[in-house]
Amino acid sequence: MNETQDDTTQTAGHSLWPIGFSIGIAVLLVGLVVSWPAMIVGAALAIVFGLLWVRDASRTHAPVDSAPAHELVGDTPSPARAAAEEEHLETYGRSGFLTLATLGLGGVIGAAVVLPSLGFAVLPSFTGDGVETPSVDLGPITNFPEGTFVITTFIGNPKQGDVSKRTAYIRNNGVARVNGKAEPSFTIIYSRCVHLGCPVQPNGPTFPDKAVTYKDVSLTPVQPAGFGCPCHGGAYDTEGNRTAGPPVRSLDRYAFSIVNGNLVLGRHFSVGNVEGTGADAKISRYRVAYPGVHVDGVERWLYPIPVPGS
Amino acid sequence: MAKSTRRTQLDNAVLTPLDWFEERTGLVGGVKYLLFRNVPRDTNWMQTLGAATLTAFLVQATTGVFLAMYYKPDPNSAYESIQNITNHVTLGWLVRGMHKWGASLFIILMFLHMARTFLFGAYKYPRELNWIIGVLLLVTGMAEGFTGYLLPWDQTAYWATVVGININATAPIAGPFIAQFLQGGSQIGPDVLAKFYSLHMLVIPGAIMAMIVLHMYLVIRLGVTSPPWSPVAAGRKRDVEAPAGFGEYREGLIREHAEEREHAGEEA
Repeated sequence: MNETQDDTTQTAGHSLWPIGFSIGIAVLLVGLVVSWPAMIVGAALAIVFGLLWVRDASRTHAPVDSAPAHELVGDTPSPARAAAEEEHLETYGRSGFLTLATLGLGGVIGAAVVLPSLGFAVLPSFTGDGVETPSVDLGPITNFPEGTFVITTFIGNPKQGDVSKRTAYIRNNGVARVNGKAEPSFTIIYSRCVHLGCPVQPNGPTFPDKAVTYKDVSLTPVQPAGFGCPCHGGAYDTEGNRTAGPPVRSLDRYAFSIVNGNLVLGRHFSVGNVEGTGADAKISRYRVAYPGVHVDGVERWLYPIPVPGS
Repeated sequence: MAKSTRRTQLDNAVLTPLDWFEERTGLVGGVKYLLFRNVPRDTNWMQTLGAATLTAFLVQATTGVFLAMYYKPDPNSAYESIQNITNHVTLGWLVRGMHKWGASLFIILMFLHMARTFLFGAYKYPRELNWIIGVLLLVTGMAEGFTGYLLPWDQTAYWATVVGININATAPIAGPFIAQFLQGGSQIGPDVLAKFYSLHMLVIPGAIMAMIVLHMYLVIRLGVTSPPWSPVAAGRKRDVEAPAGFGEYREGLIREHAEEREHAGEEA
């Protein structure tokens, strides 16, 4: 093969299949946000057009030495002789079979080792193994004076020890009327900043002399004008709505129940925003999301797939 | 030139074992090939930044392996074990210091090396793949920095990791999955320390070493670029006739040898 030939084979004819392939990819990406069926259609389009593209490319780049053997001999053979020669040319030879078999077997053995190991490394994060959020008993509700916030620190998961120490800002809103029934109402704001996860602090005086403890739980009254984050300056009002800085939603909250007169913390959840205050607040509640992740608005489309196990 | 008997004896004393080794491994020839291969005559001190980066990595690898003898990746003892290394283990302050400061040096050198490659145009044909491997090395190198930062298990380490993981989570679509993998649950717990330790000392360094081998193989195969201000034209002249106004077609970026160059000068 000389250099001139090398040059001409490089300039292959342009194929239109890449356009179909890119449309398939685009549909796949849109489908990722919009719906699963659209995603499957996009994937199918991408695969079909991708294969057509590869077939096209492999034709234009076909190696020169694949020319029939009789051309190399030099004389013009009869069709019958060409056919006879063709019979002797092997399509799938022994060495080709052995090559593929070796590579294939090697691949299978490799996959048998790598796939379980990778699964072991990655999957436990998504099966909820580390999630366990046992309900935490915060003590009698009489420890929470009506109308003031209490800085509440507790161990989120006794098995994990001090690493699971969490802080929530809890306000007893007194009694709320729900469907004509009187129910106790609490505002329980989780201290994790929804910008990047630093602990937010109450902006206001604390009253350590009025602090109470109950088992592992410590309760310190505070009068915050709002909450602020030391890391990047996020600021929130007393309902956890963002007032300034980089946070993308309102502060997360905890669900609660009251068992035998004790306040018991449930799962924590994410909040789009809060309208109203205290017992009358309307909270737009979402499945718990990472800080920095939008749960409402157009930007939520950036995070279309919920993370399993979170 | 004739050698004295003493010199011949000396040569034999060195060469005999080398020859024995070479006959059985062929490695001496390989090392000679590495050391005596052609490089452009107008290479620049800036071109030693890659080797400097490699040295910084080797410092990290060496000190890291030995730090692992005294470090305990457990939330209850990680901080104490670091204090113990720094204050009590003989030369611990030095080795930990080398690892801590060397980490920053490694990252800085990677960026300088990358800048040199960019400014010299050394990422162009036929070296595009080596640029791509270099970018992957930069990413894995920074992942080393991120995972290593947690290991002292103090307040800075913990909250920097919280913020780092949550920055990962903000990436569209895949972000929350990356964060979920890194923190192994909905909260950062004790498993994260062991996971980061494993990533920091086994998984990522393994990947980095494999990529360094590829990176250097390509450097040796493709040769060293001369600086952009070099008066020597890049590449060998090709037989193909170029269209008018295009000068001449040249192959690769490897400079011609001096003799060929003089010859080409006569033609022009």
